[in-house]
Amino acid sequence: MENIAVVGVGQTKIERNKLGDTFADMVYEATKKALDDAGMTMDDIDNVITTSNDFWDGRTISTMAVNDACGGGLAKNMSAVEGDGTFSAFYGMARILSGVYDTTLVVSHVKGSESENVLITNAIFDPLYMRPIGLDSINSSALQMRRYMTKYGITEEQCAKVSVKNHKNALKNPYAQIAMDISVDDVLNSRVISDPLKLYDCSPVSDAAAAVILAGGDKAKKAKKPVWVKGVSYTADAYFLGDRDLADASALDKAALEAYEMAGIEDPLNEIDVAEVYDAFSYMELMWYEGLGFCPPGGGGKLIDKGITEMDGDLPVNPSGGLLSGHPVTPGGMIRLIEAVLQVRGDAGEHQVDGVKTALAHGINGACGQSHCVWIVGR
Amino acid sequence: MTQKAGDQELIVYKSRIKVPYTWSVGEVGSRFLTEIKENQKIWGTRCPVCDAVFVPPKKTCTYCFVPIHEWTEVKDEGVLQTYTIARYKTDLIPQDSPQIIGIILLDGADTGLVHLIGEAPPEKIKVGMRVKAVFNKDRKGHILDIKHFKPI
Ligand SMILES: [Zn+2]
Repeated sequence: MENIAVVGVGQTKIERNKLGDTFADMVYEATKKALDDAGMTMDDIDNVITTSNDFWDGRTISTMAVNDACGGGLAKNMSAVEGDGTFSAFYGMARILSGVYDTTLVVSHVKGSESENVLITNAIFDPLYMRPIGLDSINSSALQMRRYMTKYGITEEQCAKVSVKNHKNALKNPYAQIAMDISVDDVLNSRVISDPLKLYDCSPVSDAAAAVILAGGDKAKKAKKPVWVKGVSYTADAYFLGDRDLADASALDKAALEAYEMAGIEDPLNEIDVAEVYDAFSYMELMWYEGLGFCPPGGGGKLIDKGITEMDGDLPVNPSGGLLSGHPVTPGGMIRLIEAVLQVRGDAGEHQVDGVKTALAHGINGACGQSHCVWIVGR
Repeated sequence: MTQKAGDQELIVYKSRIKVPYTWSVGEVGSRFLTEIKENQKIWGTRCPVCDAVFVPPKKTCTYCFVPIHEWTEVKDEGVLQTYTIARYKTDLIPQDSPQIIGIILLDGADTGLVHLIGEAPPEKIKVGMRVKAVFNKDRKGHILDIKHFKPI
């Protein structure tokens, strides 16, 4: 693949209720930070991609409403992706590879606080057979968690360890929304939301925006601090929950294999130095370890038991605190990519992992991880 | 509750979106829902290539990308593959909290049906237990003509 680099990143603080900021205000903040980070101005940007979700924003073609905040109002070519920011970054990369553009600004935003998560996520499901049952992102994930625990003998304690680890990591990330030092018992004893999911197994409602600038060709070579895309892929699985075995993520297996092949990675556990994965719920991180090939199917529980994914382990996962510490829905995966880039640059501040050469970022889309996007970035 | 940014009080505007929709159920779905409504029977479709029986039925196979023409009746009972007990209240939930949702593999089907579980205390529900459809008396050609599945 032609060399593509992430040349600038920006994110707002993740908060529950950004009353002082509109969508556009948040998008401007993230965009300006990414431009400053890249040492660029809007004149250097060839095209813009925005990412949001109409249901969450409460208006149709919601991405068009933030164009003045991300430079689209300056007569730029502007396009939109509905879904997670890792997928829109993929599209941004493809636009550069088309040969038409050298640089792409990709932004994403959401305010989870301004609508009702249960009503919005119920609408993910088909209106005929799944929506009338009352499915939403929480209870559908609870169905997946129990199926995963049943099939592989994963315990609630093992899932709780993810929450303990990530909330603790977040104490060192100034952008995190919820950072705390809690115990496995605190997680197990927290209020049951949708059995077997407890409060501390669940990510919070969040507002935030994020932005990345991608570049190719000479623009990438001349960048101040380029982080190179080594491999990237995304794939999607069946839509109906009953058409998949929810304990397995075959779309992630495939996306990871393709990204690893492109990056020349044969042994991900040893060759990847840090990973930022989409831990919307604690059990998901364990499932994604398996899909990403860090361990065999059903091995996610043992991996956390051995401490391999702790900050001082062989492969730290979610040093930023992950989504359990702040879950803005469409920027969620893009922030994973931003964190991976910062880790490679050595710019991750207090949650920096030593000597990162290769980092992985992961985004998901759809119910129960219907689709997955995997990025490998490095020096 | 009001919040301030410096001296400025922050205004929060409340509204809602309400849009009517009509969704075509299609030929296949219409036959499926009509069988439930008229005969209290559950039918699926069988893929000619991989033999998978889909409930709810599909016109094309999820796995093989081929059209499906064969119909097959499945049982109105099966095995509970997974479940959850949602302990929050929302406008959506068609029964009192806690709402119990499960994925049921009906005898003769190869895909799981997501539906409600009822007539069972939450602590009695187990993965692998057998459950049977309870049909509503007044049926309208809707997935909730099956009121819920109860343990047997
Ligand atoms: Zn088939």
